[in-house]
Amino acid sequence: MITEAGHFALILALIVSLVQATAGKNTALAPRAGVWLFALLSVSFLSLLHAYAVSDFSVWNVVSNSHTMMPLVYKIAATWGNHEGSMLLWVWMLSAWGFFAARAKNITPEFRARALSFQGMIAFGFISFILFTSNPFLRLDPPAAEGLGLNPILQDPALALHPPLLYAGYVGFSVAFCFAMAAMLENKVDAAWAARLRPWVLAAWIALTAGITGGSFWAYYELGWGGFWFWDPVENASLMPWLAGTALLHSIAVLEKRGTLKAWTVFLSVLAFSFSLLGTFLVRSGILTSVHTFATDPARGIFILVLLTIAIGGAFLLYALRAPAIKSGAGFKVLSRETALLLNNVFLFTFCVTVFMGTLYPVFMNALDLGSVSVGPPYYRAVLLPMLIPFALLMGAAPYMAWQRGDAATVAKKLVIPFLLTLLILIPLPSHHPVALLGFALGGWIVWATLGDFARKMKSNMALSYYGMIVAHLGFAFLIMGVAAATQWGSEKILWMNPGDRVEVAGHTLAFLGAETGLGPGYNADIGVFGVKDGKKEFFMAPEKRWYPVAQKETSEVALHLDGFSLLYLVMGEQDKEHPQRRVVRVYHHPFVAWIFGGGFLMWFGGLLSFIDRRRKRHA
Amino acid sequence: MLKFLPLGIFLLLAVLLALPLLQGKDPSFIASPMIGRQAPASPKIPRGQPALVNVFASWCVSCREEQAILKDIAKEESIAVYGLDYKDTPPALKKFLSATGNPFRDVTPDEDGRMGIDWGITGVPETFVVDKDGVIRYKYAGPITQDVADTILHPMLAELKQ
Repeated sequence: MITEAGHFALILALIVSLVQATAGKNTALAPRAGVWLFALLSVSFLSLLHAYAVSDFSVWNVVSNSHTMMPLVYKIAATWGNHEGSMLLWVWMLSAWGFFAARAKNITPEFRARALSFQGMIAFGFISFILFTSNPFLRLDPPAAEGLGLNPILQDPALALHPPLLYAGYVGFSVAFCFAMAAMLENKVDAAWAARLRPWVLAAWIALTAGITGGSFWAYYELGWGGFWFWDPVENASLMPWLAGTALLHSIAVLEKRGTLKAWTVFLSVLAFSFSLLGTFLVRSGILTSVHTFATDPARGIFILVLLTIAIGGAFLLYALRAPAIKSGAGFKVLSRETALLLNNVFLFTFCVTVFMGTLYPVFMNALDLGSVSVGPPYYRAVLLPMLIPFALLMGAAPYMAWQRGDAATVAKKLVIPFLLTLLILIPLPSHHPVALLGFALGGWIVWATLGDFARKMKSNMALSYYGMIVAHLGFAFLIMGVAAATQWGSEKILWMNPGDRVEVAGHTLAFLGAETGLGPGYNADIGVFGVKDGKKEFFMAPEKRWYPVAQKETSEVALHLDGFSLLYLVMGEQDKEHPQRRVVRVYHHPFVAWIFGGGFLMWFGGLLSFIDRRRKRHA
Repeated sequence: MLKFLPLGIFLLLAVLLALPLLQGKDPSFIASPMIGRQAPASPKIPRGQPALVNVFASWCVSCREEQAILKDIAKEESIAVYGLDYKDTPPALKKFLSATGNPFRDVTPDEDGRMGIDWGITGVPETFVVDKDGVIRYKYAGPITQDVADTILHPMLAELKQ
């Protein structure tokens, strides 16, 4: 019954979204439709969640993706751990953003109606997609006795949160998209528009940053490959909107303060959401095979591609027609904050295009029958690393530059101390691995320059958003240093171990004491017990190999030991067939790896600080 | 003109993305790098005749359905089907074969999945067509349906036998 209510609510939501889409000039109807759409989709989403929570095996979607033996939290997370449910989550989040836009105080009723009508169009497209190609409410008659189980890799606390955050970020950019479309129609792209746009972009950016950091952390400790970023197409699909969104945040700053970069800001607003849509398409169409794709079906791919073409193609057409009329304000001197932010945008845009090319190149080669290729980390390293140097240098120096005019000598003088401090931290570092040194030089430079700027301005009662910028920039600096250290100075050993064997990794002595069997909710475990000595301390580590009989799948539970910022990472693999006591053991030592995730956290927190900046809101 | 650039680039992109979908190239269209290469050493396949290599497992539900079809193909084309039993145990295999009927000339166990890596499989089931010189000519990912047998495997095997 509840399932039918959810299905019916989804059908009603389709109608309401059509009403919302066509209410572009009706200032009373559009926001009302927005609120209703959110209410209906909430009913729909919650009813699916309910079916999962109670393991209703008369729903086909639940049978395929859940099992009574799973703990409740994973039963609930299984709601979006599959194609149909995740698409429902996607539109529900879209409608949630629409709901907030419908209630927003600081926009004119006409603008609101226009923006909401674009939101309605997107919702209409995606609700149709769900109803016609991916309906999660289909019944199974007679009901199954038991479900097939959620992919055990997805049974993880980080993953319960990762998709909702990522999706919140993805669809959050729809507000920027709709605001840009409405502004182009009204021909009003100005500083006030940028100020209204900013909190929406920030909110989406915060969610996306949290989603990406969480996903990377999940991959690091769950997949057991000892890596935090694999340049997997689906990871890239989340990175592209993030890069475009980050560029957008910076161009908004210019437009807000100086009334320039108007057309470019509109373009980025469209672009960020376009990348979100493209990401959805790449993941959902199965055009790229990846660990993340749940389901692949060409019909779904074509449906999303048509939606994508209408939405993005339509937006770029409007942009082509209206952009020439968008006049930018006064120009600016070469050495100014505006120039720095413009360069920041150039770099971020180039990063974005680089990732885009790397992700889609194999698809294009294949489409044109030019053979199959794969693009891996060497490409990204070769292209991104050189560009990172000027980008990081600029990032440290930009806060020192004044708006409008700049004086090279003054800026340079203020940067002498950060520069010397940067050199100072390089002295104690080991001199082999030049890339690691480069990473620390760039990261150190950003840290000292940013802290220097903070010391200079902290007495002048800056807005909270300024502190947000400081924290986020520091986060990026720690991220660079963490990546440099973990990839360059890390050590790795893979070996067969018998009980009693010892191995030495980066100053730690590990002794394999033996393996035990254990039992957890929905799985059997093979638990390895290791004694570790690192000179001062002695402790135990217990990596697990879990076997999920329902899904017939195996996962590794990594054992982690954090020591300062460095991490000892232990994975136990296969059992030797001839010697049942023997196991494959992989040991990684990743120095400063905590800075990678800590850096991601700081960026997120910085975004949050800027977002809650009351003063700025009143100002706008 | 410059203002139309994003639109132009996007439309080009849309066409490129649509191509593989419209050509009906499903995800398995990303051709296996194994095609055109010599088949790995095991399972051992005698030369002189085309053969099928079917990667399966007793724990794989969709493998069950294709067994009957594989049996028909083997009979109609009078060729051998070699099984690669991926990440499985002998008792489970025995039970599986007695339940589904055994289409295989020979089954090679691959308990730790190492042979699966040699064959470059991405999942189970997968079926390879190997020609009389031991060269892999085709790979199908997913269960073999009657449709796949009629439209792809039968014509291909008929051609390879000439």
